Amino acid sequence: MSNSQNERDNKKVVRYNRWGYIFLAPFLITYCVFQLYPLISTVYNSFFENFRSGLKTIGPNWVGLDNYVKLIQDGDILKYAGNTFILWIIGFIPQILVSLLLGQWFSDVRLKLKASGFFKTVIYLPNLIMASAFSMLFFTLFADTGPINSLLVSMGVIDEPFSFFSSVIATRGLIGLMNFLMWFGNTTILLMAGIMGIDVSLFEAAEVDGANSWKRFTMITLPLLRPILIYVIITSLIGGIQMFDVPQILTDGAGTPMESTMTLIMFLNEHLYSKNYGMGGALSVILFIITGALSLIIYSFMYREPKKKKQAVAKQ
Amino acid sequence: MAENTTGKNPNSGLGIHARRVIAYIVLIFLSFLCLFWFYILFINATRSNAELSQGFKLIPSNQLGVNWNNLIHGTIPVVSGMWNSLLISTACAILTTYFSTMTAYAIHVYDFKGKKFIFSFILAVMMIPTQVTALGFIRFMDALKLMDTRIPLIIPAIAAPVTFYYMKQYMESTLPLSIVEAARIDGAGEFRTFNTIVLPLMKPAIAVQAIFTFVSSWNNYFTPALILKSDELKTLPILLAQLRSADFLKFDMGQVYCMIAFSIFPVIIVYICLSKYIVQGIALGSVKG
Repeated sequence: MSNSQNERDNKKVVRYNRWGYIFLAPFLITYCVFQLYPLISTVYNSFFENFRSGLKTIGPNWVGLDNYVKLIQDGDILKYAGNTFILWIIGFIPQILVSLLLGQWFSDVRLKLKASGFFKTVIYLPNLIMASAFSMLFFTLFADTGPINSLLVSMGVIDEPFSFFSSVIATRGLIGLMNFLMWFGNTTILLMAGIMGIDVSLFEAAEVDGANSWKRFTMITLPLLRPILIYVIITSLIGGIQMFDVPQILTDGAGTPMESTMTLIMFLNEHLYSKNYGMGGALSVILFIITGALSLIIYSFMYREPKKKKQAVAKQ
Repeated sequence: MAENTTGKNPNSGLGIHARRVIAYIVLIFLSFLCLFWFYILFINATRSNAELSQGFKLIPSNQLGVNWNNLIHGTIPVVSGMWNSLLISTACAILTTYFSTMTAYAIHVYDFKGKKFIFSFILAVMMIPTQVTALGFIRFMDALKLMDTRIPLIIPAIAAPVTFYYMKQYMESTLPLSIVEAARIDGAGEFRTFNTIVLPLMKPAIAVQAIFTFVSSWNNYFTPALILKSDELKTLPILLAQLRSADFLKFDMGQVYCMIAFSIFPVIIVYICLSKYIVQGIALGSVKG
């Protein structure tokens, strides 16, 4: 009897579990149609010569890896990769330093910062702003006749308006500043959550042993924060590779001055607009491989984390 | 025992008061750096072109209504742009949250063949940027005759791996399987259980993710710019880009600022109302802190 009961239960479970597929179906179908198939098609396209020359369409002709060879020999991709990296790092270095500092302060119980809720709200705000609008705003504010120049001249800092967008350093610096402003609040909150997850008794023990706050930070906080720091660095790098809206709007897609702010995705966007599908495909595949490799690093961390988590809970 | 020693310690470098003062100075400086631009934007949106050309002032003027009026009667279809942005973002927010919760529910509650594989697969594809599949995407949409329609910007929102992951995390901590069992015993169908019992329990997570999806769709520029070609379908970011490529210094600058302001301020207002939930939500989703 118990046997048949079991069987009936099993059937019931199987009957219920069939619903798993039904509930998964919308996601899987949509994903395959709108993401997976386009990805495969992008890879496929990268092996064909297919572009517009005037009104004529050349191809598609099978060319194997020629697009990749051309892309790398041409050298532009390396230049744009360099630009992307420089623009990312200008924003990222201050971002990680400021975020570590703020994360430390916000989670320091003895510092008892008042209005920390207000500060968190304010520093996170730029993250939600439309990047293209923010970039447009900077373009108007820092224009030759814009309010920043008029402010600087009237304050006597400079004698005549400074042309920000003719200077490589100034343009790159402004893009870095925008990226910094848009992302440091987000990073601060992530790091703060990480710091608050550290066992307080570790700090107390260190203090008893006479470690000052700098020592506590470098010897306890930083090493224990390593997984989250790596997560932050890699996700930010992946985000940096996707940098598009800010430089695109700021320079109207030209990457001026002297192509110093032309990023990889702006390059891809150019190919997509001119319908150069072969080269665009090859560029997409290269970007896909780079981001894939980077996310593998995070992936390995995500799988290791649950174990650590359990240990931490057990400790408490 | 350790608690007795947490008082002021002469060895801890700078005194706590000095550190607090430094912290406040830095925080106020950073807050200023975050808000300054939006303050100028607000001021300039209220000034007329003539006033703007006289140089910068810190006090608002009274031309906001005039600028807005000129803007909506100008050459750039701002009102329809706002409507399009609103429509697409709302649809994305609804689809993403509903179906991500559903997907997370399937993985969380049921046991079926291939579940582990599907879960790892979704995690693996989470980081793939949409830009790298854009080429295949627009070619496919072209083949389906969906170019220059809103569908390619709305329907793909059903599959959102990042939101799925957040929902799955949230479910693990808040949705005990016994509730589902109880509903089954009461004779509720699976679909009904999901809609009437699970969804309401997930409300806080859904609210946070709805805001994030809405905002990222509202701000999205890359894909809409590739898909939408006709003026009456264009969203705000595309119109801003159009404004940028027009010979824009000949424009009425009051209108330019007004348009930027109207793309930014709705989000700021929503954010101020809901900031408490949003700031809490960020840390919850990304890292298991």
